[in-house]
Amino acid sequence: MDYSNGKLTALVLLRLAIGWHFFYEGMVKVLTPSWTSKAYLLDSGGFAKPFFEWIAQNPTLLSINDVVNAWVLSLVGFFLLLGFKVRPAALAGMILLGLYYLSHPAWPGIEYLFPSDGSYFVINKTLIELAAMLVIFAFPTAHIIGLERLICKPRKKN
Amino acid sequence: MESENMTQNGGKFSRRDVLAGLASIPVFGFLGYGLVKHFTERKRKNVQLLDDIDSIIPKGVPPIVQGETIRIGIVGCGGRGRYLMKAMGFLHPDRIDQFKEWAGNDKYWKEYLEEFNAQDDLNVKITAICDVFEKNARRGAETAANLYRNGTGGQMAEVPKRYLTYQELVAAPDVDAVIIATPDHLHVPVALEAVKYGKHVYCEKPLSWTVPETFEIRRAVKDAGIVFQLGHQGRQTESYQIAKSLIKKEVIGKISLIEVCTNRNDPNGAWVYDIDPEASEKTIDWKQFIGPAPWHDFSLERFFRWRCWWDYSTGLSGDLFTHEYDALNQILDLGIPHSAMASGGIYFYKDGRTVPDVLNMAFEYPDRDLTLLYSATLASERNRGKVIMGHDANIELDETLLVVADPKSTRYKEKIEQGIIEPHKPIFSYVPGQDKVDAITTPTEKYFAGRGLLYTYRDGKTFDTSHLHLREWLNCIRLNNGAQPSCDIDQGFEEAITAHMGTISYLEGRRTYWDAVNEKIV
Repeated sequence: MDYSNGKLTALVLLRLAIGWHFFYEGMVKVLTPSWTSKAYLLDSGGFAKPFFEWIAQNPTLLSINDVVNAWVLSLVGFFLLLGFKVRPAALAGMILLGLYYLSHPAWPGIEYLFPSDGSYFVINKTLIELAAMLVIFAFPTAHIIGLERLICKPRKKN
Repeated sequence: MESENMTQNGGKFSRRDVLAGLASIPVFGFLGYGLVKHFTERKRKNVQLLDDIDSIIPKGVPPIVQGETIRIGIVGCGGRGRYLMKAMGFLHPDRIDQFKEWAGNDKYWKEYLEEFNAQDDLNVKITAICDVFEKNARRGAETAANLYRNGTGGQMAEVPKRYLTYQELVAAPDVDAVIIATPDHLHVPVALEAVKYGKHVYCEKPLSWTVPETFEIRRAVKDAGIVFQLGHQGRQTESYQIAKSLIKKEVIGKISLIEVCTNRNDPNGAWVYDIDPEASEKTIDWKQFIGPAPWHDFSLERFFRWRCWWDYSTGLSGDLFTHEYDALNQILDLGIPHSAMASGGIYFYKDGRTVPDVLNMAFEYPDRDLTLLYSATLASERNRGKVIMGHDANIELDETLLVVADPKSTRYKEKIEQGIIEPHKPIFSYVPGQDKVDAITTPTEKYFAGRGLLYTYRDGKTFDTSHLHLREWLNCIRLNNGAQPSCDIDQGFEEAITAHMGTISYLEGRRTYWDAVNEKIV
């Protein structure tokens, strides 16, 4: 895919911004042993509420969920920043964001204990980040700016 | 331009390739810096906050003392009596059927039943029942027979004997201990009769209806040496025990003011209970209900809504303030106040009641340099909480506990200046079910703790405080070594006298004093 310099810069900045967000969110959780998603899960809303509550109330599931969530966040961020395996990472990121949205959908009539940082109707920041992740998935840049350029570079004729 | 110092798969990379390939690496430097900064700050706050706090958190639930089955007689099988039976593991079979049906599509009832079934067997048998209302007695007996927690058609144990008077019940040889869940005006008469026969007593709060009988029951219980527990199940509330240990560690500094309240805003909360259609002069032993109260002609309203009349009730002071008082007496060993001053009136429920529905009381403790303030209304749910105000911080208390530092605190001055403590924001929280007191350091924790909502669901193993309170009483009976439970007759005496001081002040429109030397309200 050919990108102009302007398009490339925009796409790489988007990738780095989301990578930055994911990596930092993930690492803070990984490095905080007492962190748990329990309260967040218990505060779920929408049709998937019982599913998230079920996870929160099962200690084994909850601890698996906490570890997986923290590490997937970190690794997705790590790969996006590094520019390596970006498409699988973006896919994993989208699944995670989709789950976040499902647990706290911005649908009318649902109220949460967690404070919201704005007013939303259907579309919230999680969904926008998910859409942005889709852009990263659809327009890869890692082979131009990123580790993939070095690792997956095709043989050059001398 | 071409550099040949890196190759892979036979390919050659230009300097441009290397730069583009590794362009984002410096970002990790920034993020690493951010993470280190985040965690050093968090650690600094955590360590320095927790240095000052070393609360004693109650560990688990005391085991049930082994011994013979205790045979219990229940006087009063109304709402509260039935609740106490449930706390001992007895529910009416048709209630179980109903809960099972509701549990099918309502998670609350599913958990309610699970919790009930998980409740430990206290090794008791209800052998005797007494209630002046025929239906309550019948249903009480059916409930008491449901030893195996079955629905209708399930296996039942022996149906306990129904006694027509409490005098006969307490005298029965197959009754070891008596639970009293009658209206207030009958607490002491039934308790005195039980004590006369050497029966152990669990009596619902408040201890007494009049001042003289408060002295009488204290003397009788002490002389008989029975095990006595007053039904303030708040004694089992973990957050109160944590508050006690925090105050002992001087976390909040010198306490000058305590505010407690009652806030209710529905007819049920204002004691306007439903009148049972089965109730009539034929099915109620009215004379026995009146007992020591002034005579009044038969009245269904008075029977079911007895809390609204001084003739049978102790009003807001005895009925609801005592919950608050007992919590604080447990936490601070307040004892009887030096003086009480009350005011209020019947401002909302102009339904013929004689007890006020708005009541304000100030209790002075000059030897402790503090005031205990109570305000109540039965016509607004605005919650003013239980707040213990100290010079260095205040404690907001419920089932959860929050400590909020005072901006002008002497103790926390340095930490406030260093930004470790943010005044007006909670610095510690305790939520039942958690096994530690937390220093609050993240926005989410602050948000949740501030609303007392962390882990608010019935999650993990929760216990009914009434179950624990009865369990403590039964354990003391089985130990049989002179040990008394946490809300013993002395605590009950302090509770009742304090409440009476408030009531007398309200009724006589004057300040009342406690003459500690002569043990008299003057």
